Amino acid sequence: MRLLARRLLQLGVVFVVVTFFTVWLISLVPGDPAVVVIPFDDPQETQRTAFREDNNLDRPIPVQWALWAKDFVRGDFGNYYTSTGTSPVSDRIGSALPISLLIVLYVQVFSLLVAVPLAVWAAYRSGSRLDKLLNAGAFGCISLPAFATVLILTYYLGVQMNWLPTEGYVPFGDGPIDHFKSVAIPVFALSLGQIAVYMRLLRSDLVATLQEDFILMAKAKGISNSRVLWRHALRPSSLTLLTVAGLSVGTLIGGALVVEFLLRIPGMGFMIGEAVLTRQYVALQSAVALIAIGFVLINFLIDYLYTVLDPRIRERSS
Amino acid sequence: MSQPSSPTPQILGATDDGEAEAAIAPAAALDSEVGGRKKGWGLGAWLAAGWLILIVGSAILAPILPLNDPTAEVAQKRLAPFQPGGPLLGADANGRDLLSRTIYGARTSLVIAVCAIGLGLLIGGLLGLLAGYFRNWLGNSLVSLFDILLAIPQLVLALSLVSVLKGNPADTESFRLPVTLTLIIALGIVSIPLLARITRASTLSWSQREFVTAARAQGATHSRILFREVLPNVLPAMVSIALLGMAIAIVAEGGLAILGASVEPPTATWGTMIATGKTDLEEAPFIVWIPVAAIFLTATSLNYLGDVIRDRFDVRESAL
Repeated sequence: MRLLARRLLQLGVVFVVVTFFTVWLISLVPGDPAVVVIPFDDPQETQRTAFREDNNLDRPIPVQWALWAKDFVRGDFGNYYTSTGTSPVSDRIGSALPISLLIVLYVQVFSLLVAVPLAVWAAYRSGSRLDKLLNAGAFGCISLPAFATVLILTYYLGVQMNWLPTEGYVPFGDGPIDHFKSVAIPVFALSLGQIAVYMRLLRSDLVATLQEDFILMAKAKGISNSRVLWRHALRPSSLTLLTVAGLSVGTLIGGALVVEFLLRIPGMGFMIGEAVLTRQYVALQSAVALIAIGFVLINFLIDYLYTVLDPRIRERSS
Repeated sequence: MSQPSSPTPQILGATDDGEAEAAIAPAAALDSEVGGRKKGWGLGAWLAAGWLILIVGSAILAPILPLNDPTAEVAQKRLAPFQPGGPLLGADANGRDLLSRTIYGARTSLVIAVCAIGLGLLIGGLLGLLAGYFRNWLGNSLVSLFDILLAIPQLVLALSLVSVLKGNPADTESFRLPVTLTLIIALGIVSIPLLARITRASTLSWSQREFVTAARAQGATHSRILFREVLPNVLPAMVSIALLGMAIAIVAEGGLAILGASVEPPTATWGTMIATGKTDLEEAPFIVWIPVAAIFLTATSLNYLGDVIRDRFDVRESAL
């Protein structure tokens, strides 16, 4: 319980610092933020005045943060400022967030489904040519940025072969086949690096576990190789993988931003990219805060899951 | 059976002893000792070093090399590579020489990566040393600081910093930092926790060794122990993670450029070459393939050399 309390406190501190940072961001803008966000003609200064008031720019930053946090918790994420008027950011986030979450979920599931069997295979045949081949392949995949994979796949599978759409997103409800076709390139591109990381990590943990006495014991009892690998070795080896899978959500979100933007998939990445290009800092601020909070929560949950899964940690912390 | 690289599967999560490092730098998490054989200075390392020397050398020598002006229209638009009379690697949508843009792009991309990681190493390395050496309130609060910095996904943090510091490019009145400097600062800040955590993990194990105790028993000051005893041993870990960090920074610049947060045209970086070339993907894909290949080769080489150094000096973040 003490551990849980400590983690909750940490979570609170991270939340405050991160959101404080995002609120402080706007004051870093060179020049008058109101003019930068609203560059178009605003003869009566009505929009700009509204912008300054909405974001309490004349107040000290701690006050700005408190007022912002109050709105944020209530789901008021600020406004977009366009020449035709203002529109709430929450509407966009409401439609963009599920798309991004779905893509990240697909990537994690797909990467683990591919990486775990490969890792078990490589660990079982550790030191063989196959192991070396998988290692070299993983090394190449790690150095290949997701945006490069997207461009390559878009060109060969989209433009040349015409198998997959080169941009856009189809919701699941509008046809499952079209939906999976529209997410195939981003999911595969983002998975490639994850597969490599997960595979290498699990392989080295598995190789270590396979040296342990209880494996020898299991083998001595005449349990089949596959049962030893999948039942006895995999479980104690998968703990690191779990943490890394959680932490890599951060990398994944970053990769997804670029990939979504390239493929014009209207997720968070596309929204953030657009906000950057049109200098909509309020939208940027809310999106960044939301992503950071989600990321912290995921890792908090994984930490907690750990104490549930592994009794050794519970003992050590009490 | 080969010697396993980490003695037992680590018990992670509740505390933070070195598990996150593996995830932050994916390539660092790789166990490169396949079959128990160490990755030596073999053919791969020569190829990697050769490519880096070639690209760094041509980037430095770019002004005196017989290259076309990278911002001038010198050939037919979207001219394919290897055409007689045309530029060696062809021309982009504005008829600019792709070879010279790649080399001048390397100048900017590499300066950004090297300076950003240099900045990160200076600050992050120092904080990591302190955090690993002083295992008291100072060490603990530094670790919490790294955790907080890591709570914002790195590319998102860099993107927000660059786009905000960049302001409105059309605004010439208010003072704005040069975009290259903005990128260096943003990527430098982002790399601090990464570099700090690896340095800390390595410091943690070295500062418990006998020679440190001996130095302390002889009455050496903290700063002497830190910089004369611990730092030289931690250095290989720092160098290897710095190489990986540069690979990440080069890729990150590419990502930022695609999101519209890199240098302004007509200056070339590998990222902006991809960002502007992607509209021609259907008709002239080579405009994108050339910078993509440059990023991939450079990132692979840096990752590989980082790994070689790790193995040579027996750096094992994951086993700490």
